[in-house]
Amino acid sequence: MAVQPKILKPPPTEVGLLGWLKKNLFSTWYNVLLTIFSVIFIYFVSRAIITWVVRDARWEVVTTNFRVFMIGRYPREQAWRVLVSLGIIVFLAFLTWVSKGNPIPRWLVIGWLLSFPLIGILLRGFSEESSFLPLVSEDIWSGLLLTLVLAIVGIVASFPLGVLLALGRRSKLPAIKVLCTVYIETIRGVPLISVLFMSQLMLPLFLPPEIRLGTVMRALTGMTLFSAAYTAENVRGGLAAIPIGQYEAARAVGLNEALVMGLIVLPQALRAVIPAIVGQFISLFKDTTLVIIVGLLDLLGIAKSVTGQKEFIGLHKEVYAFAAAIFFICCFTMSYASRRLEQTLGVGER
Amino acid sequence: MHNDNLNPTEDIIIYRDVHKWFGDFHVLRGVNITIKRGEVVVVCGPSGGGKSTFIRTINRLEEHQRGDIIVDGIELTNDLRNIHAIQREIGMVFQSFNLFPHLKVIDNVSLAPFWVRKWSKEEAARVAMELLERVGIPEQANKYPGQLSGGQQQRVAIARALAMQPKIMLFDEPTSALDPEMIKEVLDVMIELARSGMTMIVVTHEMGFAKEVANRIIFFSDGNIVEQNTTEEFFRNPREARTRLFLSQILTH
Repeated sequence: MAVQPKILKPPPTEVGLLGWLKKNLFSTWYNVLLTIFSVIFIYFVSRAIITWVVRDARWEVVTTNFRVFMIGRYPREQAWRVLVSLGIIVFLAFLTWVSKGNPIPRWLVIGWLLSFPLIGILLRGFSEESSFLPLVSEDIWSGLLLTLVLAIVGIVASFPLGVLLALGRRSKLPAIKVLCTVYIETIRGVPLISVLFMSQLMLPLFLPPEIRLGTVMRALTGMTLFSAAYTAENVRGGLAAIPIGQYEAARAVGLNEALVMGLIVLPQALRAVIPAIVGQFISLFKDTTLVIIVGLLDLLGIAKSVTGQKEFIGLHKEVYAFAAAIFFICCFTMSYASRRLEQTLGVGER
Repeated sequence: MHNDNLNPTEDIIIYRDVHKWFGDFHVLRGVNITIKRGEVVVVCGPSGGGKSTFIRTINRLEEHQRGDIIVDGIELTNDLRNIHAIQREIGMVFQSFNLFPHLKVIDNVSLAPFWVRKWSKEEAARVAMELLERVGIPEQANKYPGQLSGGQQQRVAIARALAMQPKIMLFDEPTSALDPEMIKEVLDVMIELARSGMTMIVVTHEMGFAKEVANRIIFFSDGNIVEQNTTEEFFRNPREARTRLFLSQILTH
């Protein structure tokens, strides 16, 4: 008679907390040593940091200057306009978050598209005399406000430009192909700082004299043109990953070239390069700090000027730690949103 | 005996001395053939013989460089309007399915009717559902292609091609990438389609399918048609030595 083999429980040292500890921290004698050293190291580092943050640091430099960090030289009595703008963005982001739609509902897309000119008008105002929204020239925007404006407008404007450049580089028409390739390779061969300088000096030469762009607009143009070249190369990588069979199948059902691109190729290509593009946008966000060299005061520029205040002499650490924390929060949010986007769109992967 | 309702003598595809080169390689070497409306033609032959290239020139996935191709009265030239007009009339099923992986099954099928035929969303979805029922997988409509088996994917691909209500269906080795147990489900759909009177050109080595529904078999080798005949005659009485060799290779096991 056949004996049924018994189903046994694994030994207690292999599962649960004890098993995990044994497997991951104390599996060999050098792992035991490594674990002990790491624990000691982590203890001393975190004790030093916590003591400084909680006891030694003089955070009044940050609390006193909080408004300056956030909006810089934006007039105090007009600060509500920044808050309303922030409210609009948070509200839309919240709706996008809870809708969880794939695709995002149309009214929300329209809402986002409308929010940009709306916020632009709200922040900038109409003219000096206007009683409701007096002009606040973008050249005195500074602090986190300027950082966010540079980053968001740069990202939003460079993305479609980058996609067009990527498509242009694959074009069958030699003129367009050469033009896009030369543009992309030139920009990629030049540091952002020089692009920023060039945009300050050269842009007025190319534009008709009636159009006078302020420093912020010129910096923004430079950053957009710079970022677009990198976006283009990322998108090109995604386009190259689409199998030829997708083009053939799309043409075989009768789609014309524009529909093949818009419905079949680009949606798949862009989805594939989300991590690369978000990575590039994060670096664009951090690169906004370079505008200090053309005389603009972004968050870091403001931080630098705050350290020069007489009453807070010597408090560099607090100021820069605060600035770093804000940069980290922004970049981490982008990174997290990207991962969520990948998950939402990830259904139906091959 | 199928398609009594159509004029069986009307020529839907005409090839006159069609040549194609890939670089220096002469793939199609003066192909002449006429295919009638409602005909089911099986194309077979050794690999590298040009049979795939031949059917891919019918809907301009490959461009021919000499000779004339006339499909449903429209000549295939470099005129994009002609090319699109012909591509709308021809459905194609590929060896590797080529479904759109980012779209649900039903959207794969309803995409072209909606965007190209300009049907309403509801109409396109309704027709797509009918076609999915016809190929036997309506319950998969809201899945993504990656969640389906190979046989199911190929049946979706057939439904997608049929959604444009084509006059001609091209099949480029539709069962070659399938596991053996899935070949029958795809062939059954193709047999039903053939019996409904569709004009079909099928590159395949499934000789059972050929015997069951093909009106004509074309043996393609070295860039041209070596031999063509009615199905019965082709198997019973192959004339060319190359044909006999090929048949002995694929029929012995």
